[in-house]
Amino acid sequence: MNINLTLIGQMIAFVCFVVFCMKYVWPPIVAAMQERADKIADGLAAADRASHDLELAQEKAVERLKEAKEEAAGIVDAANKRGNQLVEEAKQAALVEAQRVKVSAQAEIELEANRAREQLRAQVAVLSLAGAEKILGATIDPKVHADMVEKLAAEL
Amino acid sequence: MAGETQTISEYIVHHLTNLTYGKLPAGFEREDGSIVADGGAWVMAHGGEEAAAMGFNAIHVDSMLWSVGLGIFFCWLFRGVAKKAEAGVPSGVLNLVEMIVEFVDSTVRDTFHGHNKLVAPLALTIFVWVFLMNLMDLIPVDLIPALLGLAGVHFQKIVPSTDPNITMGMAVGVFILMLYYSIKVKGFGFVKELTLNPFNHWVFIPVNLFMEVVGLLAKPFSLGLRLFGNMYAGEMIFILIAALFSAGLAWAVPAGLLQVGWAIFHILVITLQAFIFMVLTVVYLSMAHEDH
Repeated sequence: MNINLTLIGQMIAFVCFVVFCMKYVWPPIVAAMQERADKIADGLAAADRASHDLELAQEKAVERLKEAKEEAAGIVDAANKRGNQLVEEAKQAALVEAQRVKVSAQAEIELEANRAREQLRAQVAVLSLAGAEKILGATIDPKVHADMVEKLAAEL
Repeated sequence: MAGETQTISEYIVHHLTNLTYGKLPAGFEREDGSIVADGGAWVMAHGGEEAAAMGFNAIHVDSMLWSVGLGIFFCWLFRGVAKKAEAGVPSGVLNLVEMIVEFVDSTVRDTFHGHNKLVAPLALTIFVWVFLMNLMDLIPVDLIPALLGLAGVHFQKIVPSTDPNITMGMAVGVFILMLYYSIKVKGFGFVKELTLNPFNHWVFIPVNLFMEVVGLLAKPFSLGLRLFGNMYAGEMIFILIAALFSAGLAWAVPAGLLQVGWAIFHILVITLQAFIFMVLTVVYLSMAHEDH
């Protein structure tokens, strides 16, 4: 338990090790640790940002979806409207056509009827004359009784 | 080295003797009867008496070698990590070293408020180095001395921190740093601090100076002798327990239990002592940096 040169030796060794540690050990380790800490902080910040971005994107997507749905609903509505309109138009057209057909048919019928009536009328004169001839047993001069026959025919 | 011919006290003394190389004074009669010639002689000491006769001109070869060896081990280990250190995912020994560095760094940050690039590496060196030196205490006391004894080396203390030269060497190193920074930071304020504290009047200057100088000098002693005392006592108890083994078979079991118990307790002591040495160093240097 003597104090001797060991004391000096230990002091020299102490200085050497401390200097070595200060020059070659401490700075790189602390720098690496600091760098890692920064990296982790950056990573966490990036993760935060990413999750925020995701949230925004989700919100946007939901909005888009809503818009699309609305748009689709609008399109369907318009299509329905247009369909109804078409049906309506077709109906109208059909009615008009039917009317037209009806009218033309009626006109034809009338025409036919008139024609028949004319024919009938023409024949009524002859028939009535023939009938009258038979009744009277004599010929009737159509010219004499033309007035009467005409009147008769007009009554038909 | 508990030979049959050795008494217990011889065994203990033998374990507490350093392997010493030094200069024997002229006219000293050596163990083998030879007389040292004029001018002295540099020799390996044979036993404590010769080592004591060498006085200051001696060096504890074992303490020095173990201490420097452990210091080199510390440098090698940490330098290897420092080279590999990068910002990626750490693993293995990198984790361990970074944990220690982080721990020392936070301790220094908490305690030391000045700006000094030296303090943190100094604290790291002290903590790890002292811890490694203390750790040698956990190696069974007879193992390495006995092996070296077979190789012809008859004295060996493998725990450098049980040598006051080692602990005081470090404490004096810290003391010099304290003085250097006190003067550098405070300048004349350091003289004022020594003379006008705690009684701020010129009449009390001698009293103040005496008290402050005693307080100042107490710091390296408290630092070095606390570590030395703790480790020396711990080592002594290990040696006593080891001596129990030679007291017969009946003592083997209790001695074994004591050995294990004390070793487990000592794990706490060696870590704590290394930590205290480090923290006190940082505190003292912090005080040296505080300008009132």
